[in-house]
Amino acid sequence: MTPDNDRGLVVEAEVTRGGFTLRAALTASPGQVLGVLGPNGAGKSTLLSALAGLTPVAAGRIVLGGKVLDDANTGAFVEAAGRPVGFVFQDYRLFPHLSVLDNVAFSPLARGLGKRAARSAADHWLGRLGLTGLAGRKPADLSGGQAQRVALARALAGEPALLLLDEPLSALDARTRLDVQSELRRHLSDFTGPCLLVTHDPLEALVLADRLLVLEDGRIVQEGTPAQVARRPATEYVARLVGLNLYSGHADGAGVDLAAGGTFVVPDHGQHGDVLVAVRPSAVVVSSERPQATSARNTWQAQIAGLALLADRVRLDLDGLPPALVDVTPAAVAELSLTPGSRVWLSVKATDLEVYTRDDSQHG
Amino acid sequence: MDTADSVGTAATPSRLTARERARRAARGGGSRSAPAPLLAPALVAVAFLVLPLIGLVVRAPWARLGSVLSGSDATQALTLSLWTASVATVVSLVIGVPLAWVLARSSFPGQRLLRALVTLPLVLPPVVGGVALLLAFGRDGLVGRLLDSWFGLTIPFTPLAVVMAETFVAMPFLIITVEGALRSADQGFEEAAATLGASRMTVFRRVTVPLIAPSLGAGSVLCWARALGEFGATITFAGSFPGRTETMPIAVYYALETDPDAAIALSLVLLLVSVVVLVSLRDRWLRGGAAS
Repeated sequence: MTPDNDRGLVVEAEVTRGGFTLRAALTASPGQVLGVLGPNGAGKSTLLSALAGLTPVAAGRIVLGGKVLDDANTGAFVEAAGRPVGFVFQDYRLFPHLSVLDNVAFSPLARGLGKRAARSAADHWLGRLGLTGLAGRKPADLSGGQAQRVALARALAGEPALLLLDEPLSALDARTRLDVQSELRRHLSDFTGPCLLVTHDPLEALVLADRLLVLEDGRIVQEGTPAQVARRPATEYVARLVGLNLYSGHADGAGVDLAAGGTFVVPDHGQHGDVLVAVRPSAVVVSSERPQATSARNTWQAQIAGLALLADRVRLDLDGLPPALVDVTPAAVAELSLTPGSRVWLSVKATDLEVYTRDDSQHG
Repeated sequence: MDTADSVGTAATPSRLTARERARRAARGGGSRSAPAPLLAPALVAVAFLVLPLIGLVVRAPWARLGSVLSGSDATQALTLSLWTASVATVVSLVIGVPLAWVLARSSFPGQRLLRALVTLPLVLPPVVGGVALLLAFGRDGLVGRLLDSWFGLTIPFTPLAVVMAETFVAMPFLIITVEGALRSADQGFEEAAATLGASRMTVFRRVTVPLIAPSLGAGSVLCWARALGEFGATITFAGSFPGRTETMPIAVYYALETDPDAAIALSLVLLLVSVVVLVSLRDRWLRGGAAS
């Protein structure tokens, strides 16, 4: 075991919860923030629950800082109360009958510190998170952003070796979320142990996480830095998340036969066999007539199925061989009179296509 | 076919006050007054339930109330009732709340049977409860025999017997209330406490109990009121020795023949206690909810 992993998290386990099985193998080094992304039902909460000791693993083991927390083979299991894990719940779960100070002092007190020591530890953490004035308040009198910080302070006050955050910003309104996000990044970088952050918002993951882990249907489908995941998504879900067109197909020399229909001419990549092709929506050109004498190697006909207005562009949903999502300016929509049902020609340069195998997307 | 003939005609309009118009506009719903076939029996029920209470209040010796209540028999019964009911409630809390927790939170074979047994005293005729207590703790009883031979301790017809009889009939109220509260409590807080390093007893002490405090309070009040009013089990198991085992309900029963005014006065006190209990529990008990 490398010195780094002496304080890190190593998981290779299978967890079953209510008829659903999660199979995960991951590591997180101290100081690293691992963002866990996935659609609902992917197993993100199951993963956190197993790490916290609220659900035992059905197979495999969980090791934190060199100590075994859960091992299905030997039967070893450390109860949640005995694990040095801090958990920030999605709904915060601040004890309604205790003041903010008593909430934050709860863990030190429960772990054996005397009342005075626990209170001063709580004061310290309230200070670090900018909550000193709120010590006497009850959770019901806190704003969303304040409650979130108190929940974080409460988890950190227990001096955990692993920090788990379950959708920490989802309960906040959009405005507060932005403010809290940058603060949260600061606090997480101060935390010395590994941290797992579950979210369904890719933007949040990009801002807060050092590495991303994408879960789908109880399996890890991709792992890597946010940049790697964004450039080479491994599945439709990830592609949609980062806003890319993703096609699976079969490569044969300079062309790729797409499963969704059509063929792409791709740059010389030397791949043969099953590949993934990614195209940015902004790299696709829309013309009302077939483009003549163009450098784009790929042109095909398509029909507009829908239009969506995004912040600074219009996203077209097109049916064709293959189908595609294309971003154009609102002016272009007006000039070309693009409406649902319009038939257009799409073109993409071969050099704008990112071709890779599924394995390539895994090794981030 | 002349369709005009088959068109319905409206009924003759009734009168709606401005207040009723406003109420219907704001809240919706139709007429709120009771139809006669329902109103008449309802009034009979009201009369049946309220008349006896009115009779009690009207016929009470208001002028002599103070002197009657301070007469030695009445005061003794009052004091005895108050402290035995309180002790019974404390005992019920100490042993009943843990049982409620076991029933609500753990699982083991025979749990449903245990729950049924525990709530039996709620339905069992109190005098039967008294007989059962005698058979268990009486001189010749299952356990009483051992207590007598080992410690020379006889339970029947002592104040201890009063407390036991009252606990027997009243504790199930507390257990049911607390179990219901525990079942419907949000266990998310307890999960959070566990992740913060709290042992199960710490979670119980610092999170579970405070969060069900309202139900605990309501259950205790119910338990106390039931213990105070117990008659059948107490008189069977503890007898009716004035000052030792003659509680208020028993005193009322005997006083009816010897000193009716004392009986009425004591009854008034019990009525007042019942009213206070109901008022303090109105939201919880009358709505049938046991959740905190």
